[in-house]
Amino acid sequence: MIELDGVCRRYGAGPPALDDVTLRLARGETLAVIGPSGSGKSTLLNLLAGLDRPDEGTVTVDGLRVDRLSEAASARYRRSRVGLVFQFFNLLDDLTVADNVALPATLAGTARAAARHRAEDLLERLGIGRLARSYPGRLSGGERQRVGVARALVNRPPLLLADEPTGALDSAAAADVCELFAELHAEGQTIVLVTHDRALAGTLATRTVGLLDGRTVTPEVAR
Amino acid sequence: MSGLGRVVRAGVRRRRLTTVAVGLAVLMAVTAAVLGASLLVASAAPFDRAFAGQHGAHLTAQFDAAKLSPAQAAGTARVAGVTAAAGPFPVVLATPPDAAPLTLVGRAGPGGAVDDVALTDGRWPAGPGEIVLGADAPYTRTGGVLRFPGLPGSPAFTVVGHARSVSRTADSWVTPAALTAPTGYQMLYRFVDAGTDTRVDAARGRIAAAVPAGALTGARSWLVVRQDADRNTGIFVPFLTAFGLLALVMAVLIIGTVVTGAIGANIRRIGVLKALGCTPVQVTRAYAGQALIPATAGAGLGVVAGNALAVPVLAETNSVYGTASSGVAPGTDLLVVAGVLAVVAVAAIASAWRAGHLRTVQALAVGQRPVSRHGRAAAWIAARVPGPPQVGLGLSRPFARPARAVGLIAAVAFGAATVTFALGLAATTADVAAAKNHDLGAVLVRGGLQFLPRGQQPGTPPSPKPITGTPAQIGAAIAAQPGTRSYYARGETSVAVAGMSGTSDLYTFGGDASDAGYQMVTGRWFHGAGEAVAVSTFLRETGTRVGGTVTLQAQGRTVAVRIVGEVFDPHTDPEVLVDAATFPELTPDSYYVTPRPGTNTAAYLAGLRAAVTPYGMQVLTPEGTRSGTLLALNFLTGLLTVMLVVIAGLGVLNNVVLDTRDRTRDIGVCKALGMTPRRTTAMVLTSVLPAGLAGGLLGVPTGVALYARTAPAMGHAAGLDLPGQAVNVLHRPELAALVVAGPLIALLGAALPAGWAARTRTATALRTE
Repeated sequence: MIELDGVCRRYGAGPPALDDVTLRLARGETLAVIGPSGSGKSTLLNLLAGLDRPDEGTVTVDGLRVDRLSEAASARYRRSRVGLVFQFFNLLDDLTVADNVALPATLAGTARAAARHRAEDLLERLGIGRLARSYPGRLSGGERQRVGVARALVNRPPLLLADEPTGALDSAAAADVCELFAELHAEGQTIVLVTHDRALAGTLATRTVGLLDGRTVTPEVAR
Repeated sequence: MSGLGRVVRAGVRRRRLTTVAVGLAVLMAVTAAVLGASLLVASAAPFDRAFAGQHGAHLTAQFDAAKLSPAQAAGTARVAGVTAAAGPFPVVLATPPDAAPLTLVGRAGPGGAVDDVALTDGRWPAGPGEIVLGADAPYTRTGGVLRFPGLPGSPAFTVVGHARSVSRTADSWVTPAALTAPTGYQMLYRFVDAGTDTRVDAARGRIAAAVPAGALTGARSWLVVRQDADRNTGIFVPFLTAFGLLALVMAVLIIGTVVTGAIGANIRRIGVLKALGCTPVQVTRAYAGQALIPATAGAGLGVVAGNALAVPVLAETNSVYGTASSGVAPGTDLLVVAGVLAVVAVAAIASAWRAGHLRTVQALAVGQRPVSRHGRAAAWIAARVPGPPQVGLGLSRPFARPARAVGLIAAVAFGAATVTFALGLAATTADVAAAKNHDLGAVLVRGGLQFLPRGQQPGTPPSPKPITGTPAQIGAAIAAQPGTRSYYARGETSVAVAGMSGTSDLYTFGGDASDAGYQMVTGRWFHGAGEAVAVSTFLRETGTRVGGTVTLQAQGRTVAVRIVGEVFDPHTDPEVLVDAATFPELTPDSYYVTPRPGTNTAAYLAGLRAAVTPYGMQVLTPEGTRSGTLLALNFLTGLLTVMLVVIAGLGVLNNVVLDTRDRTRDIGVCKALGMTPRRTTAMVLTSVLPAGLAGGLLGVPTGVALYARTAPAMGHAAGLDLPGQAVNVLHRPELAALVVAGPLIALLGAALPAGWAARTRTATALRTE
């Protein structure tokens, strides 16, 4: 499903954020990318999401050359094929929880009522249906991340990309989110998970890749 | 303080967007304020300022060259009460071909103790073959040649420049040697006391007594010139004053909103500074300094831009006012810069003081703080409005930051008000100018009347050249000319009116006067003998109303006429207009001819000239319907409107730039969730539409109200009642269209930041704090 071939990404004159990275991921797999800060994990995720482009190499998702997409095309790609979960949730503070979750669906052209219905279903399924009319500012970190996951899933994307999903959570909330991802994996969702958290990677991932100074290494080396 | 200084410098350097926004706003504000203040200065008693600046003549006297010597004329400078004098200057009245006569004065230079003539272009004549024309003379550009066939030797003069005399002492100037056979000598005087007609008349009497009897052929008081100038320019003073005030208010408004917005965008940084131990006073000082550094740079550039822009604007203003002031006064620049920087400092201190007194935790939480209830409610409603999600997200935005939305609305409202006001006034001034020049489009066939300088004292009647044809003969010659569509004959004389001191001008109209183009303020045009129309000054001075009757004494007869209408004529001397049948004995001296459309003008004029010259008539080329004043006003209106709209647009731009920066992360989230660049652009543009519409809805009535106060004031300043046609120029469809100007200004200002938001890389936007 995902193929990265010889991907390099440089920012300015410093060392590359990613250096000749090659990866393969099959549908239904959960890949955990672990590594210290500055190892290139988020850059890798940005390239997969079409938020950034590599300087060299190719990024292919489901046969689509993501590295060649224009801004508009990559937006459409994210709408239809990718769900994004952020470390700091990135919820829009002036929208209700349900409206936040429904937003990607309406952007994808789903009718407003249908989008909201699907959002409420998802919230129920994730155990936070009671929060549908609340605003993000009043939720706990764990609740916000559940909302973030619901939003990422609302368009039923084949690929879920999660950037440190438990990084901003306390241990109880982190365990809660971990359980949620396990359920999604069990349902066959393809997931790429970027994390510091080796325990989370160990629990969820079918495969783990280490990154160190922009290069893929064995997980043991990426400390 | 060094630590704080570093914070300020870093803030200026690293917060480039804020720095540029403040600098740009101040640049525009200073530009507008310099221009606005210059207009206000120029519009404050323009004649009096020019008169004082040019040492205008309290009395312009003309002596008969046959009755006194130049030395005798010069001797009048020693008459009691005279504080300064210039002259004697040789004078002749000379007529270029196909034009009205010009008073030619021989002066060695433009300066002197009295009447410093201001050159508007070119130079002063250096030899006998050179001439400087009055700046408003329509005849010839610099470098052209003007012939005077009536002068000895039929001299030709090369135009070497144009000049303006505030005292209107001449129509053109040559060297004294160029006038070999002067008919008179001109002396210019300033008196100890010339504040009233009585004082000036007394001085005139002393001068007349000092020369041989009958030698003083004419004398014009500066009070007459001033009255004439004030009547002509008074109508434009409120117009330009209003523009000046608009520019100043807009400058203050933009600075206020942008500086406040810029500091509002830095609240989190303020929180960090406080967390590190800065006191509220230190925060306030730091941010006032941070605003004042780009503001000072912007002010410097603004002064340069304002002065550069003021050159064409003041040139046109001079043309409108008949003055010759040069450039922006340094005091104006200093005052504007000081004022603008004071506004920046006050806005920055007030805003930073408020931010400095926020609880640190609150300041640090900006960005994650809960949105206001209004904002949430608006977002909730917008999320349920049918239509694309970007529209809903955009529409709810102004409610999330109401203070910023108010600034945006104010900027747009100002722009819309300016456009409305400008369009209204442009239409009114066009109407007034059209009324003033109602007969300029016609070919004038005229008896050889000897014109004297305007304002000539009574007692020196013009000596007409004889008209040798009867009105019937002349009319028949005009009518028989191929290409003549219509004509009317006009006679002119002074008339005494029962109940009015002094005299009024009486005009008789024969033939088809429908082409005269007069506008009615009230009532209707006269139909036949016994009916009259009059201008407002006549009605005021005689205490008559439309429908009333006045008794006119002219041509040795007394005739009662009924006033059937008030006619608009900005020339403002008391005038009464009647049918030729009311005073059939008054011989018309002017025939206004309208040729058929498509007629070859040159051939027509040549034929007409051949037909009427035998009757002692001259044919004058039509001057066209667009006067210099109208062109100047249109230029000023256009320039000032564009400038104020651009400033309003930049106010919106600054506002939206800061707002877009504030929400960069939210925009990044939307893009990460699949919002395309086009939709992002649409979202940002939609976010200014409510403010644009509100601004339009507020601004248009404000502009109408401002116009409704200014337009009649223009008339009253000139002692005129403007016709309804001239003051009812803004109608519902136009106003509805003007309301659209609000959203248009907003969209114009938001276009750049919208494009920027669309282009920003999503990953970068998501990293923004």
